[in-house]
Amino acid sequence: MTARDAVPRLRAGVRRAYDRTRDSDVVLFPEGVLVLNETAAAVLARCDGSSTIAEITEGLAEEFDGVRPEDVAELVADLARRRVVRVDG
Amino acid sequence: MAESTEPPFGLLAELTHRCPLHCAYCSNPLELVRRNEELSTDTWRRVFDEARELGVLQVHLSGGEPLARPDLPRLVEHASGLGMYVNLVTSGLALTEEVATDLVARGLDHVQLSVQDADRANADLLAGTRAHDRKLVAAEVVRRSGLPLTVNVVLHKANLDHVGGIIELAEQLGADRLELANTQYYGWALRNRAALLPTRAQLASAAPIVRAAQQRLADRMEIVYVVADYHEAHPKPCMHGWGSRQLTVAPDGAVLPCPAASVIDGLPIENVQHRPLAEIWYDSASFNAYRDTDWMREPCRSCARRELDFGGCRCQAFQLTGDAAATDPVCSLSPDHGLVRTILARDADQPDRPALVPRSVAR
Repeated sequence: MTARDAVPRLRAGVRRAYDRTRDSDVVLFPEGVLVLNETAAAVLARCDGSSTIAEITEGLAEEFDGVRPEDVAELVADLARRRVVRVDG
Repeated sequence: MAESTEPPFGLLAELTHRCPLHCAYCSNPLELVRRNEELSTDTWRRVFDEARELGVLQVHLSGGEPLARPDLPRLVEHASGLGMYVNLVTSGLALTEEVATDLVARGLDHVQLSVQDADRANADLLAGTRAHDRKLVAAEVVRRSGLPLTVNVVLHKANLDHVGGIIELAEQLGADRLELANTQYYGWALRNRAALLPTRAQLASAAPIVRAAQQRLADRMEIVYVVADYHEAHPKPCMHGWGSRQLTVAPDGAVLPCPAASVIDGLPIENVQHRPLAEIWYDSASFNAYRDTDWMREPCRSCARRELDFGGCRCQAFQLTGDAAATDPVCSLSPDHGLVRTILARDADQPDRPALVPRSVAR
């Protein structure tokens, strides 16, 4: 599990994009594509290499109800396992 | 068209069959497409337009050697301009600093560089030309360009014992990913199968070395290990299912559900010069032939693994049994599995092996 003060960033060679064919946000990386749901897209958009998990959660709370830091941390951990993000700290 | 058919994610664009290397494990067909039969720049641009419209998000520029096409920079620029993630799959021989800088400026996202071995003499022998040192230079060029680098190594009897050294070399080259892929027996590689098949002992020695490196390097370098399917109990999930996620366009415009599909006699292969890509993906007889699970017979039809491995590879089933709808004979549940056991007993475990026959080249 990723800690609240951990700072996630996109790995080198990873790009976010919008796919009109699937009407979805996607993330593209070497040898892979992930189609993102709304929450994952919002989290990934905030993985800027300077915001902590806690700060990302605060930012999301302005748009979504009931966002918990542990849910954000779990999603970030999943994206890290898929080598979409790198987590510092 | 099946109700459940989703758009494809990936396009393998085989721009040319021409290549400076002569690898005995080449999986391209015995009969290569000649230069004068290759698609034009404009046709490839149209293929990319149609692919993006269809839903393709990743294009793998491959071959042969894609850098043999003088229009490669324009094709990279066009694919990138459409928003696709652009991979270059290359031998690296022509990848100079100048070429790489230009490709990066035009939107290239990722480079996959083939390496034949960690040992220079053996690597050059396998490539059939003095390639190894030039590949090391190409890796440095990619690293300096800032693009992610994947090192691709095809494993077989003649280099599997060096897998530890190969992993070390990939680390030294600063690779972000390392693909260690045991040879798949298609095209020219099938012809060399008796020489290429590793022994069971070689595979057993390599596996723990790869596993340890995967753990040790987890955060720095991803290591993808593609198993030797003849030695496995279950087949590979070829293409994650026929006509499911990816399509291949060959140098002459043939559109293939699996890169090796031209071997299947009677498969009515379409060409992008004669029919729109979307129609071929959704409506063609070739793409619908083995889509989903309706085509399956026993033992696949009622198998709990039918949506895990999709019955294996249709091309391999055809090559080994003459029937593309058969269960892939590498599966231990296949009634034809004895064919694979016989091949392994006859070839893999014998001390005297035939010599590798180098790939003949396309003109």
